[in-house]
Amino acid sequence: MSMIVESTLDPKNAVLDQVCNAGDPWMAEVKKGQVFRILDLEGNQAVDTLFYSAVNPEERYSAVDTIARQAKLYLTTGTVLYSSEGNPMLTITADTCGRHDTLGGACSAESNTTRYDLAKRPMHSCRDSFMHALNHCGCATHRQMNKRDITANINFFMNVPVTSKGDLSFADGISGAGKYVEMRAEMDVVVLISNCPQLNNPCNAYNPTPIRLLVWNA
Amino acid sequence: MMTKFNPENVLWEEVVPGGNHWSGLIRRGTALRITDLAGDANLSALFYNQEDKLERYNMPDTLKAQHTAFLTTGNVCYSDMGRVMCSIIGDDVGWHDTICGVTDAAMIAAKYGTTTYQTHRNEMYRSGKDGLLIELAKYGLGKRDLVANINFFSKVIPDEAGNLSFVQNNSKAGSYVDIRFDMNVLLAVSAAPHPLDTGTTYQPAAVKLAAWHAGPVTKGDICRNSCPQNTRGFVNTERYYL
Repeated sequence: MSMIVESTLDPKNAVLDQVCNAGDPWMAEVKKGQVFRILDLEGNQAVDTLFYSAVNPEERYSAVDTIARQAKLYLTTGTVLYSSEGNPMLTITADTCGRHDTLGGACSAESNTTRYDLAKRPMHSCRDSFMHALNHCGCATHRQMNKRDITANINFFMNVPVTSKGDLSFADGISGAGKYVEMRAEMDVVVLISNCPQLNNPCNAYNPTPIRLLVWNA
Repeated sequence: MMTKFNPENVLWEEVVPGGNHWSGLIRRGTALRITDLAGDANLSALFYNQEDKLERYNMPDTLKAQHTAFLTTGNVCYSDMGRVMCSIIGDDVGWHDTICGVTDAAMIAAKYGTTTYQTHRNEMYRSGKDGLLIELAKYGLGKRDLVANINFFSKVIPDEAGNLSFVQNNSKAGSYVDIRFDMNVLLAVSAAPHPLDTGTTYQPAAVKLAAWHAGPVTKGDICRNSCPQNTRGFVNTERYYL
């Protein structure tokens, strides 16, 4: 059902090669034509990701445009990641996982109180990581980004199946150690990632782990 | 006891013509009966906390808390702050979409052709995005605030691979959905067509909003008790107003 497409790019030639530790945020710019890879180092790790136009961050990744413009719920090779202005931001060019989610959003202290228990509020969450990155990363601070810029994100490597009856569940991950997804930037973009720290559901196999980020020039 | 809809108790009514847009403040304890006046309506809706407009409807939080990909009776609409903004207390449609967003002007022109005010006056084709942005701008909100919305009366279903199909005739003339507001909510709506509507002529149905005093949520409320997540969400909402 899912299509596995491997990349021919060699990490030795990457112009950026970084590790984002379990539970941390990560932010960087990727230029038009560059190829960006997210690699699941140990497997079953949800990577909550948002993209913004580097020129005008008011134009940002739109989950609903990406879904409706392609009439598809899941993301994989060939999927165009559309902006809120209807422009292609990135195109997925390789994917060894096969399916990624864009309905499940990012966990937060507040949503943890409703989903699990009122006492879960102090647990580390993706949206707290997003807030931290917006306060500290130069990519965000010089663009004066804040919570208004946090919208429905992509969850790379996360498995959120929806049935034709409309049931939605957070299923065990289909990713494994070494699986990756790769995408070509169609415009200059800012990438905002939370390497998900959620411990209350199987999206990270109850054990958040590091990811590796790579960028190649065109 | 929650007061159910009764035509004799309607506080006000507002008809939103097909394609048109509207916004207003709906206070806590007020409910709206939203009626599809002609069949196959689509009403795109967004909710903001009137006191802090950074708090707004959150589609992913709404879906994952209730393990659903659509909305119907018993479901609530969550803000990004873990609070219940409003609840679906009645529904004779059965499925309301919240994953497909709205049309923009380019999509409307490509699908239905171009019309202008000069040629068509108030019959000009309007897009969902432009309508919502006009309403949001009246409160100082803009494109950064245009988040994933609800499309009342519309149904889109996925197959196993995730391919989506728009379901025709999901809503009939006279179909309604009853929404109780659990926070003081700035409501913005557009009655422009759904982005996946398979119709080829621009003829969106008009929608009627009718407000009544439903009263606050009770311990036995269908939405509060439909899952433990919602019970906790209502606790968060109640704490906000103490």
